[in-house]
Amino acid sequence: MSDLEIEFETSPEQYRHWVVEIDRERATLTMNVDPTAGLRDGYELKTNSYDLGVDIELYDAVQRLRFEHPEVKVVVVTGGLDKIFCAGANIGMLAGATHEHKVNFCKFTNETRNSIEDATAHSSQVWIAAVNGTAAGGGYELALACDEILLVDDRASSVSLPEIPLLAVLPGTGGLTRVVEKRHVRRDLADAFATRTEGVRGRQAVDWGLVDQTAPLSSFGNLIDERVAARAVESDRPDLGPGIRLVPLDRTVDGDSVEYSAMSVSIDRRAGTATFTIAAPDAPQPATPDELIEAGAGAWVLRCARELDAAVLHLRFNETAIGTWVFRTEGDADAVAVAEQLLADHPDHWLVREIRLYWARTLKRLDLSARSLMTLIEPGSCFAGVLAELVLAADRSFMLDGTWEDLDDPPEPATIRLTGANLGWFAMSNGLSRLQTRFWGRPAALAAAEATVGTELEAREAAGAELVTFAPDDIDWDDEVRIALEERNSFSPDALTAMEANYRFVGPETMETKIFSRLSAWQNWIFQRPNAVGPNGALQRFGTGSRPDFDTRRV
Amino acid sequence: MTIVDINAKIPNNVDLADDRRLQRALEGWQPKFIRWWEELGPVAFKRSPVFLRTAIDVGREGWANFDHVEMPDYRWGIFLAEPEPDRRIAFGDHQGDDAWQEIPGEYRADLQRLIVVQGDTEPASVEQQQKLCLTAPSLYDMRNLFQVNVEEGRHLWAMVYLLHRYFGRAGRDEADEMLERHSGDTDNPRILGAFNEETPDWLSFYMFTYFTDRDGKYQLASLRESAFDPLSRTCDFMLKEEAHHMFVGASGVGRVVQRTLELMHEHDTDDVHPHGGLNLDLIQRYLNFHYAVSLDLFGAETSTNAANYFAAGLKGRFQEERRDDDHVLRDATRLVPEATDDGIGVREVPQLAALNETLREDYTEDCGKGLDRWNRSIAEAGVDFELRLPHFGFNRNVGTFAGHHVSPDGRMVSDAQWHANASDWLPSDDDKAHVKSLQVAVTEPGKMAGWVAPPATGINRKPLEFEYVRL
Ligand SMILES: [Fe+2]
Ligand SMILES: [Fe+2]
Repeated sequence: MSDLEIEFETSPEQYRHWVVEIDRERATLTMNVDPTAGLRDGYELKTNSYDLGVDIELYDAVQRLRFEHPEVKVVVVTGGLDKIFCAGANIGMLAGATHEHKVNFCKFTNETRNSIEDATAHSSQVWIAAVNGTAAGGGYELALACDEILLVDDRASSVSLPEIPLLAVLPGTGGLTRVVEKRHVRRDLADAFATRTEGVRGRQAVDWGLVDQTAPLSSFGNLIDERVAARAVESDRPDLGPGIRLVPLDRTVDGDSVEYSAMSVSIDRRAGTATFTIAAPDAPQPATPDELIEAGAGAWVLRCARELDAAVLHLRFNETAIGTWVFRTEGDADAVAVAEQLLADHPDHWLVREIRLYWARTLKRLDLSARSLMTLIEPGSCFAGVLAELVLAADRSFMLDGTWEDLDDPPEPATIRLTGANLGWFAMSNGLSRLQTRFWGRPAALAAAEATVGTELEAREAAGAELVTFAPDDIDWDDEVRIALEERNSFSPDALTAMEANYRFVGPETMETKIFSRLSAWQNWIFQRPNAVGPNGALQRFGTGSRPDFDTRRV
Repeated sequence: MTIVDINAKIPNNVDLADDRRLQRALEGWQPKFIRWWEELGPVAFKRSPVFLRTAIDVGREGWANFDHVEMPDYRWGIFLAEPEPDRRIAFGDHQGDDAWQEIPGEYRADLQRLIVVQGDTEPASVEQQQKLCLTAPSLYDMRNLFQVNVEEGRHLWAMVYLLHRYFGRAGRDEADEMLERHSGDTDNPRILGAFNEETPDWLSFYMFTYFTDRDGKYQLASLRESAFDPLSRTCDFMLKEEAHHMFVGASGVGRVVQRTLELMHEHDTDDVHPHGGLNLDLIQRYLNFHYAVSLDLFGAETSTNAANYFAAGLKGRFQEERRDDDHVLRDATRLVPEATDDGIGVREVPQLAALNETLREDYTEDCGKGLDRWNRSIAEAGVDFELRLPHFGFNRNVGTFAGHHVSPDGRMVSDAQWHANASDWLPSDDDKAHVKSLQVAVTEPGKMAGWVAPPATGINRKPLEFEYVRL
C-alpha cells in the first residue's frame, strides 16, 4: 500500500463497481467490479473480487438507499458477471496490504455488513441476496449479511468459504460467525463447509441451512420477484418519497486540520492526537418532520453524524499513527437538546428513525476504533444528549471543575446533560446503551445516573454520578490533561488497543461483539503468522502453483 | 495573604506569590506539615529559640542567615539553584536535548516515584531523631541536631514543591502521604527500611549523619544530573545543606574518637568505659552497623529500574559530566560482586544495569576520607588502632550478599562463625547499654558531656560558650 490518501466520499454517478436501479419499492444493487479500477496498483479485481474501493461504494449505496429512497422496501443485491456473484476480497490486494490496512479493511467491511443487517432489522429495508453465480468467501459473507439468500441452482453455482484451505486465513467478514449464529448451521456441517474449497451447491446448500431457497435459472427471476413482494408488504416504509439528498460534505483541508460544517479535526503529530471539536447548531433547527425533510442533509443532527462518520473513517485509514482522539464540543447545549427533541418526538417517522440509527452506527464506529478516546469537558462546551455519548464512549474523560478563574470574564462552569437519547437510542455492539455498559452489574449506580436525565450537571455532580473520570480544577487542568495524553502516547499502541477493546464491551456477547472480538482477534493473529503472511505462507504462494510450507506446530 | 506576606512566610525563588497552583496546594499542605512537626518533630524545646541558619535566597548572602528562631516559626522555604542557561541533557537516550522544564507524561510515574522515595527519607530522619534533644551532650550539639532537623524539613518542602508544582492531583496526594507515613509505624512505615529504625543515642546520630546522610548526598547528586531541570536545581540547592549534616557526623565521630584518646591517655588504658568514654572497638562496631545499613540504601548491585532511569535521563551518575565516557553506556559492561555459596566472586553485567553499584563505589570512596582523618588523630596519639570500613558484603540485607554472612574483612563465613563473632562485629547489647548510660543532657552553655570532646570552633564564628539554644 502506498500512502495515498483514501477518500471515502463518493456518489452513484461516480461508482465504478456497482449499479443501483430503483423500481419503486425495489432497489437492485448489481455488483460489477471494474477489474482495472482497484484502489491501488498491483492487483486486478477479477471475477467480482473486491478491495476497499469497492466496499466504499457499497457503503455509500447502503447509506443512500436508506436516506434518499424511503420508498425502497427491499434491496436485492446480485452479481453482474456471468456465473459469478462475487469472489470475495481480492487476494493480491490482501497479500500486498500492510497489517494495519488489512485490519482496517476487515473492520470497515464488517461495519458495512452490519449496517445492511441494521437496515433490515430496524429500517424495514430488507436486503435479499440473489446469488446468481458462485459466491466465494467474502462473496458469500455479503450474502450472509442479507436477510434472505436465494441461490441459483445451475449445477455450477456454489456458496463457499474457502479461505482456510486456500489462503490459511479466516473468512474475515463475519462468515464463520453468521453461519452458526444467524443461520444456525450445525457446527459440524459448518466445519465441513468452511474447509472445502468447492463449497456447497443447490439442494444441499438449502439442507445445510446455508441458503434459504434455490431455483433454476429459468425461474430464478420469479423467485426473486416473489420474495421481494412478500417482504415489501411487511415493511412500514412510506410508499412514496421524497427522500433527502446526501449532498457532498462541506469540507476544507488545511494542513493538519480538516474543517467540516459542524466540526473540525486538528492533528498534533508530536503529541499523537487528533482533536475533534464539535459545534452545537448555531441556527434554528427543524422542529417538525416536514421541516427536517426540507432541511435534509443540512439539518445539524444529520450533518453532524455524517461529518463524524467521515472524520472517523479518514483518521482510521489515513492517520494510523495518531493514536489518541480527543473530543471537545463548543456551543449552546440547549441548541443541541432542542435539535434532538425532534428525534424524540417523532420516533416513527422514517427520517427520524434513519438519523437515530445513523448516530447509533457512527457511535459504534467510534467504539470500534483502535484509538484511545479522551473527552474534555470545558466551559462553553455542549455535551448534552447525543453529544453526551462522546463522554460515555471515551476511555477517559476530564471535566473542568469550576471555570477559568484567570480570565477577566470567566465563563459559566461546564455542564453535561443526559437526555432520553442516552437511555437507549444508541445501542453499542453489545446491545446495551453506553450508560448500561458503563454501569454494568451496578443497577443502583445506573439508576442514579439515569435519574439525572434533563439536569445540567456541573463537574462535581457529574463526577458524583460517575459520568466523568476526573474533574480537575483550572489550576490542574492543563497539566493533568497534558500528562494523561503524553503518557498515553508513550504506551504500546497494540497493548492500548487490546486493553481498550477489553474494557469497552462489558456485558453480553452478541453476533457483533463476536465478530469484532473473537473473529477479528483471531484473524488479526493469523494475519501476523508466517503460515499466512510469511514468504512461504499461503497468501504469498496463492496462485503460484506451489504449496505453502506450514509450520505444523499448533499454538 | 499578600505577596509580601507569602514571601515573608515562605521564602522562595519560585514566584510563589504569582503561582496560584502552588499557593492553593501549600494552603492545604502547610498546616498539615506544622501539625506533623509538632507531633513528630523534636519532642522538647519546641519554643526554645535556637540559633539557626535560614535560607532566604540562593545567593551567597541569602542562603545562610543566622538568628535565634523558635523552630515552629522556622521559615521553611522553597529554593532551587539558579538555572543554568540552555541546559542540555547530559546522558542517556535524550542526551543533547534541552533539559525538561515540565515533566514529560511518558516519565510521570518514574519521576514521581523517584521524588517520593527521596522525599520520604527527609521527614523520616526527623522522626527517627525526635527524642535525641533530651540527651544532647551540649547546647552546641543540640543546636546542630535542630539545624539538621529543620533542614530535613526543608528538604521535604523541596520535594513537596516538585510534587505540587508538576504532578497535579496525584502529586498533592503523594505530598500528603509523606506526612502520613511514619518512621517505625508498623502499618504505615517509611518507604526505606533504614528509615524505620529509631536513632537511639548520639553516637548513632553522628554515625547516621556521617553515613546515611552521605547516602542522601549521593542520591541527590545523581538526581542533580536529571533531565528534569526543576528536580536538578532543587537537588543542587539541597546538597549545600546536606554538606552541613555530614559535617555534624564527621566532626561528631571525630570528637568522640578524640575524647576516647584523651581518656586512654589520661588513664593509660584501652578500656575507657569505666571512665565514661567509648572504646575504639565499640566505635568500630557502630561504624560497621551504620555503613552496612547505608549501603543497603543503594539497592541491589544490578537494577533494571536504575538502568531505565539512566536511559530515560531521570537519574545520572555522581558527577556525570566529569566522567570520561559516552554517557549513554549502551554497550559498556563492568564487573559486579556476586556472592555464591562458594565465596565472593564477580560477574560481568551491562554498565547500565550496574549503576547502583557504580554509585555505591563512589560513596565508599567518599566514606573513607573521614576515616583517614580519624585514624590520623589516633596515630598522632600513638595508639595502635585503625578504624576501617567493613567489606561491602558485611551485614547486608539487600542485593547479592543478602542471605550470606560476610566478615568485616571480606570472608564468607558460616552461620556458626557469624553468630560466634557477631558481638565483635556489630554493636552488642552491652555496647548499647553502655552508650545509653552515657546519654545525659548537658545544657550549660560551653559544657560537654564526658564522652565527647568539644568542637574546635563554634557556629558562625560564635564562641563555644554561646547560648546556641535558649532554654
Ligand atoms: Fe536531607
Ligand atoms: Fe540530611
